[in-house]
Amino acid sequence: MKIEMTCIICPVGCNLEIETENKKIIKIKGNTCPRGEKYAQTEITNPVRTLTTTIRCSNGEILPVRTDNPIPKELIFKCMDIINNVVCILPISAGDIIIENILNTGSNIIASKEME
Amino acid sequence: MDNFDIVIIGGGPAGMAAAITAHQEGIENLLIIERDDSLGGILRQCIHNGFGLHKFKEELTGPEYALKYEKKVKELNIPYILNTMVTDISEDKTITATSSERGIFQIKAKSIILAMGCRERAKGALNIAGSRPAGIYSAGTAQKFVNMKGYLPGKDIVILGSGDIGLIMARRMTLEGAKVHAVCEIMPYSGGLARNIQQCLKDFDIPLKLSHTVIEIHGKERVEGVTIAKVDEKRNPIPETKEYIPCDTLLLSVGLIPENELSKGAGIKLSNATSGAVVDQKRQTSVEGIFACGNVLHVHDLVDYVSDEGEIAGKSAAEYVLNSKTRNESLIKIETDGKIRYTVPQYITEKENTKIYFRVDNIYNNKKIILRSNSNIKTFKKQKLLPGEMETITVPLEFLDAESIYIGLEDL
Repeated sequence: MKIEMTCIICPVGCNLEIETENKKIIKIKGNTCPRGEKYAQTEITNPVRTLTTTIRCSNGEILPVRTDNPIPKELIFKCMDIINNVVCILPISAGDIIIENILNTGSNIIASKEME
Repeated sequence: MDNFDIVIIGGGPAGMAAAITAHQEGIENLLIIERDDSLGGILRQCIHNGFGLHKFKEELTGPEYALKYEKKVKELNIPYILNTMVTDISEDKTITATSSERGIFQIKAKSIILAMGCRERAKGALNIAGSRPAGIYSAGTAQKFVNMKGYLPGKDIVILGSGDIGLIMARRMTLEGAKVHAVCEIMPYSGGLARNIQQCLKDFDIPLKLSHTVIEIHGKERVEGVTIAKVDEKRNPIPETKEYIPCDTLLLSVGLIPENELSKGAGIKLSNATSGAVVDQKRQTSVEGIFACGNVLHVHDLVDYVSDEGEIAGKSAAEYVLNSKTRNESLIKIETDGKIRYTVPQYITEKENTKIYFRVDNIYNNKKIILRSNSNIKTFKKQKLLPGEMETITVPLEFLDAESIYIGLEDL
């Protein structure tokens, strides 16, 4: 099967032309670095994304958070539901884990800012 | 009146990088003036990832990127004042500022670094017909509401303009439960990064309507819908293609303009192409001792390059103060063909390693960038050049034995 996709690993955004057989890449064109092929393989088998959003804090302020590892794309909205029902207790430092192993993805929701 | 060696106006990524570098070069009597209640600038509301790949070889969110610099500023004990708005800079480098704590006050600097950033082009500049109901926001304002205040400005959204902020906001509003019905782009191509089209629009099945614009806004108290239409090559709407989209919110992501009111007041010469100051390779403006860096100089697509430019300006300002260095008036002009919309710097004053940043005016495939001075020629092959992506070339030293250098595009 022939697939075209944009690599989202870095801002260059290479346009990848891929030929696959049984979800395995047999030919790839357009990637300017090896990360492109790795991305394409994941994208075909189990697409993942880094999720960035916010969590409400105990003092009413908003804390920016992100996943520390990419999560399966189809779980993004389920993760949002969980995150939107959590209140973060302050103080917090950047990198602190707020939700551990969200939806058994092995990925944690971590703070991306310090807040007192 | 307080005296400083260097005053940096703006505590965003450009200003912080400039201050840190100036301090490392030996300037301790310096001050950052920031109008907001915290350092970090616009990065504070850019909670998405994608920052720092060049500078730190890792993918950070905006607040994480800002924090790295903020920590360094604090570690070096670089003085900064917050909640303070600079209202005037005079040519003799007297700065007038105001804050609720100190009222109106003046300080004097030997050197000034302009790092005020940019602002969003407003709706007024667009000439869209219709009433002016509530529910029209610039994408950056919506970003501040959602990411810093926790308010969703609307539920049914149309976005005009496909720059990166518009794309990022399409995803952000979708994640928070809004429905983004369309992103309209008047040009036949998007000004945003290809990766953002994928991860912000395609991932969520949000339609990107190229060569489309909003021609009318409907609603009295609140936006009730917009009429969009396809445009021809001259960007005139084609009436037969009109389409009504019900929505309660219109976001505008139609470009950024360097914020140079202060620079004008100081008599600094501005470029029509960048709307920022005309500078040499040290980022020195037409007023000696005043430097500029970051989005106030020209709008960047990556914050990593903003930090680089802050470092150049910080080093140059320190050099200016420490060596009471005056400007070398013999200029090497940088000339371009029409396909290159602008270069920064616009001219070179000394024989030193110089990186030239530039943008093209259109999409070009399979071109070579030609760099020429006297009989020296260097070419750089490029598969693709996009107006939305800044290019850089480094000028070899031997090219600078000339009155001018030329940069242009030619077919491969």
